[in-house]
Amino acid sequence: MSRDKVDVWVGLFVVLGAIALVFLALKAANLGTFSMGSTYSLTARFDNIGGLKVRAPIKSAGVVVGRVSAIGFDDQMYQGIVTLDIQSQYVFPTDSSAKILTSGLLGEQYIGLEPGGEEENFADGNTIRYTQSAVVLENLISQFLYGKAAEGASAPASN
Amino acid sequence: MPTQTLSDVSSPEAVLSFHDVTVGYGNRIILQSITMQVKRGQVVAVIGGSGSGKTTLLRAATGQIPIQQGELSAFGQPLDTHDSRRLYEQRQRMGVLFQQGALFTDLDVFENVAFPLREHAQLSESEVRERVLSKLQDVGLRGAAHLKTSEISGGMARRVALARAIVLEPELIFYDEPFAGLDPISLGVIAQLIRSMSQTLGCGALLITHDLEESFAIADQVYLLGRGSLVAAGTPQALQASTDPFVVQFLKGQPDGPVAFHYPETAAFQEWLARQQGGQS
Amino acid sequence: MVAWLGAIGAATRSSLVGLGSFARFFGLMLARSGAALRRPGLVVQQVHYIGNFSLVIILVSGMFVGFVLGLQGYYTLQRYGSEEALGLLVALSLVRELGPVVTALLFAGRAGTSLTAEIGLMKAGEQLAAMEVMAVDPVRRVLVPRFWAGIIAMPLLAALFSMVGILGGWGVGVLMIGVDEGAFWSQMQNGVDFVDDILNGVIKSVVFGVAVTLIALYQGYSARPTPEGVSRATTRTVVLGSLTVLGLDFLLTALMFS
Repeated sequence: MSRDKVDVWVGLFVVLGAIALVFLALKAANLGTFSMGSTYSLTARFDNIGGLKVRAPIKSAGVVVGRVSAIGFDDQMYQGIVTLDIQSQYVFPTDSSAKILTSGLLGEQYIGLEPGGEEENFADGNTIRYTQSAVVLENLISQFLYGKAAEGASAPASN
Repeated sequence: MPTQTLSDVSSPEAVLSFHDVTVGYGNRIILQSITMQVKRGQVVAVIGGSGSGKTTLLRAATGQIPIQQGELSAFGQPLDTHDSRRLYEQRQRMGVLFQQGALFTDLDVFENVAFPLREHAQLSESEVRERVLSKLQDVGLRGAAHLKTSEISGGMARRVALARAIVLEPELIFYDEPFAGLDPISLGVIAQLIRSMSQTLGCGALLITHDLEESFAIADQVYLLGRGSLVAAGTPQALQASTDPFVVQFLKGQPDGPVAFHYPETAAFQEWLARQQGGQS
Repeated sequence: MVAWLGAIGAATRSSLVGLGSFARFFGLMLARSGAALRRPGLVVQQVHYIGNFSLVIILVSGMFVGFVLGLQGYYTLQRYGSEEALGLLVALSLVRELGPVVTALLFAGRAGTSLTAEIGLMKAGEQLAAMEVMAVDPVRRVLVPRFWAGIIAMPLLAALFSMVGILGGWGVGVLMIGVDEGAFWSQMQNGVDFVDDILNGVIKSVVFGVAVTLIALYQGYSARPTPEGVSRATTRTVVLGSLTVLGLDFLLTALMFS
């Protein structure tokens, strides 16, 4: 086969391979939703971050507005410190709250941001004051059982 | 010239020269005390039985294996397998015709002959084409330039390999068993080509063969290898007149003589035989 | 007993020697790469022989693997009411594991054996020696372009395998069985990470490409120049290449996905 024909076939092969990679990146992975735009950082402290991981989504009203960029531990206050990277076009009032929620089927945890009512918005580097930790199953169960036991104890007392 | 003198060895015309060379593979010595030379325009034949070390000699002369003792030089300079730069230059002045042709199976006839040009000479495409077709013309295969290597016969493949070996117009050409397995016409063609190459190119030729008739017809000098060393050296006529029993047995093709017909019985054989006979009784 | 121990010792020594010469061969490939890459035409030609000629088997296998993943995945997920995660299952299986590994195994069988046989036959037919005495380094001219062609072709083939597999899974899951199309793609997109999954998969396929191509070339180059020697070498390419891929896969998976 002549050199030119070989070049064409190889070029086609490489292009096909590149298309496959692009397909995988965009349609199969989260690259399409990953905005390369600028972001600003906020920190939030939680008593328990549960199963939250770095790169977990930050959603508000169910829409992805950013990603968790770092998770650290404060050994003075014994709290988890989560750094949130939020896309610059989305601003939130300074009294907004962050909750760790569980998404759908496979239980991946994400941060839900609920906007507050203040007029001022968060600036880069601010801290979110109102946070709600992840729900720990064992605590929930013991709470339920304790509640049931308290009910049972107070009922005879009120008689 | 029935004997070699030292002045011949250092003659400026010698394109290849062995002086008291020992060559082998590691501990296994194949040949010892080899002294021979090839001069410009001379056709030298190296003959000997199978296993006599002819191929080893060829490999040493082309720098594929190192010599263990003695001096080997090509074009007046020592041939050293460790000096890759000089070896590279020396190899560009040599051409080798391998026994089966050793054509590159992924290239066609034209590209095979053009290969050394493309690798070593900076020629334009039309110059390459002209040179390749001219060399193919010399071997009578200009019209086969477009064929693939799978489409040509063994004799033709060998001629294409010859064209490839001469395309850089070397000063020394090696022919490894060029006559083996060819029909009478092809034999005549190859012999004729070997002789005429040396004449027209003025190059030295070293012919490794056990075909006496063809090689004696075209050789100026013959060396006979045997018993791990050089047994005889001289012109074809001198060898034919020799009375050395080894030479006589080889040239006349006698089945028994210094080279015994029967394979020697060793202790290993005796053991094996005893086991066979013991098993049957 | 002593003889037995001696045999183990001898076997260990010969494996180490073999490993050593293989490592030296790898070093030789890398050392001679510079000059060879100045002739990209040779590499391109080899990419054609190694890559393009493997396309059919890779694409067809990818499609069938995708079909099976779609079917098996559906039957299993359906038991837990999680059919909508089918897209995620198919994509992760392919991109993380099946794409790189199965492609590498098929590559060892198809391209690897043909490389080994080609080099072995060139050696047997004295073509490599002919090149050497023509003052052309056969390593640079013949081996190194094939080495780089294998490294280039493998990740492309693995990506194609994964893509075709995902489409195959979509075809079976969505078109044939009736899983919700939106859920198929959205679960996939939310669950498959570009860096952790896709790039890691690409890295795996590059590593496998290096391993398989190197083994194939080494076996061919060191084969005995007889028909039986060459045939034994091609068998070794498939066996060693496949085992190496699987072993490396375990190592890489442990490193990447722990």
